[in-house]
Amino acid sequence: MSEANTSEMAAVSIRHLSKSFDDVEVLRDVELEVKTGEVVTIIGSSGSGKSTLLRCINWLEKPDRGSIHIAGQRIGIHEDGRPMPVRELAKVRAKTGMVFQGFNLWPHLNVLHNVTEAPIHVQGASKREAEERAMALLEKVGMVDKRDSYPNTLSGGQKQRVAIARALAMQPEVMLFDEPTSALDPELVGEVLAVIKDLSAEGYTMVMVTHEMAFARAVSDQVVFLEKGLIIERADPETFFTTPKTDRVRKFLENHDTPSPA
Amino acid sequence: MSNWEILWDERAQFWSGFLSTLEIFGLSIVGAFVIGCGLLYLLEGSRKRLTIPLRIFIDAMRMLPFLILAYLLYYGLPSVGIRLDAWWSGVGALAVYHGAYFAEIFRGNRLTFPPGQIEAAKAHGFTKGKMFFRLLLPQIIMQTRPLLGNQLIYALKDTAFLVIITVSELTAAANSLSSTYFIPTEAFIVVIGFYWAISVTMEIIIKQCGRFSAKRGFDNV
Repeated sequence: MSEANTSEMAAVSIRHLSKSFDDVEVLRDVELEVKTGEVVTIIGSSGSGKSTLLRCINWLEKPDRGSIHIAGQRIGIHEDGRPMPVRELAKVRAKTGMVFQGFNLWPHLNVLHNVTEAPIHVQGASKREAEERAMALLEKVGMVDKRDSYPNTLSGGQKQRVAIARALAMQPEVMLFDEPTSALDPELVGEVLAVIKDLSAEGYTMVMVTHEMAFARAVSDQVVFLEKGLIIERADPETFFTTPKTDRVRKFLENHDTPSPA
Repeated sequence: MSNWEILWDERAQFWSGFLSTLEIFGLSIVGAFVIGCGLLYLLEGSRKRLTIPLRIFIDAMRMLPFLILAYLLYYGLPSVGIRLDAWWSGVGALAVYHGAYFAEIFRGNRLTFPPGQIEAAKAHGFTKGKMFFRLLLPQIIMQTRPLLGNQLIYALKDTAFLVIITVSELTAAANSLSSTYFIPTEAFIVVIGFYWAISVTMEIIIKQCGRFSAKRGFDNV
């Protein structure tokens, strides 16, 4: 890390990534570079491999071939091909923050402790420091007054906002969003998208899988379209949504009510 | 002097038997709990060459009559050079036997644990040990609380078997009074009262613990 110029170093760098489940190739030689401060949206129909791609970034799925670097550090495998010991893997993983479709909060901990749990017990932060950080983040996602509530009393949108604060509390190099609004009632989608939009404005690096096209268009710096494990199109959002190069993307956008510019 | 008056005069024997039962019970359930948690930890994400022998051990224990295990520890172990007195044989047998049951209760609950929570833990940089003790175990204990309570009552009742390997506990006290004065009915009724008192107290405590988990949405108390 010391040798590389951090401003030029990619937050996430994916090279020649391939992955199969049994005989089905879900990712085929994927290349993707996410610069620091950039928001990249991955879209595609279900089964296109977009969630798998996201989950490979923090090694929740183990790719068959290829390499992934997070802020210059290889995840999962050492450069010489040795598998990474679990402790080391956990350290690299902690450089990413992940937000799941199903929230996955820890139900036995209240909102504040969900957010302080990993900073204290993974990063070794002091309780006071972790709580200060957590309160600032809960403020950011508008959940301060629920800090003592347990997850079972929260709405889906509130749970997801806590989950976002929980991931941010690790001070990750990159935030990974796996369909963060897909499990929400339609009237709760907006509050979560608003939080993510704020984060993009603050310069957080984010990789997001979403079906919210208008949102993707509004916040992305780069849109990637995945089809059968291949990236068949990548562009800035304006180009992507107004003048797609392939018929496949054109057809996909027609079926998704292409948004007007936000 | 009525039979009840005799027993009242001998209350010191009941009392020391009662304390002895409480001590044996307390020690052995703590031991069983630790063994249950330990087995669950060893089963968590381990390779088959470890999990298969552990599962066989757990099932073998559960399928064994408790008394046989107590016999085995008290009468059998000396033949391999390990000599435990009756008291420690009893506590050891109870701990191992009910530890296996605890492990099985935990394991059953672990199978239904939401995988998303584990993924969230991994994504936040947790490794197995911390994840187990901070996230998995507390939830599994909260969720299995009613079953654990049931198992504790079984464990309490099993302490009575230890009279057979000469441990002087509550049932032994009743036994001795009943044969000294030939008043089995009264002596055993008194002892039933003691077992009920312990069980009811335990039930109340466990029920109270349920509030803690109900607040977190684990059950409806």
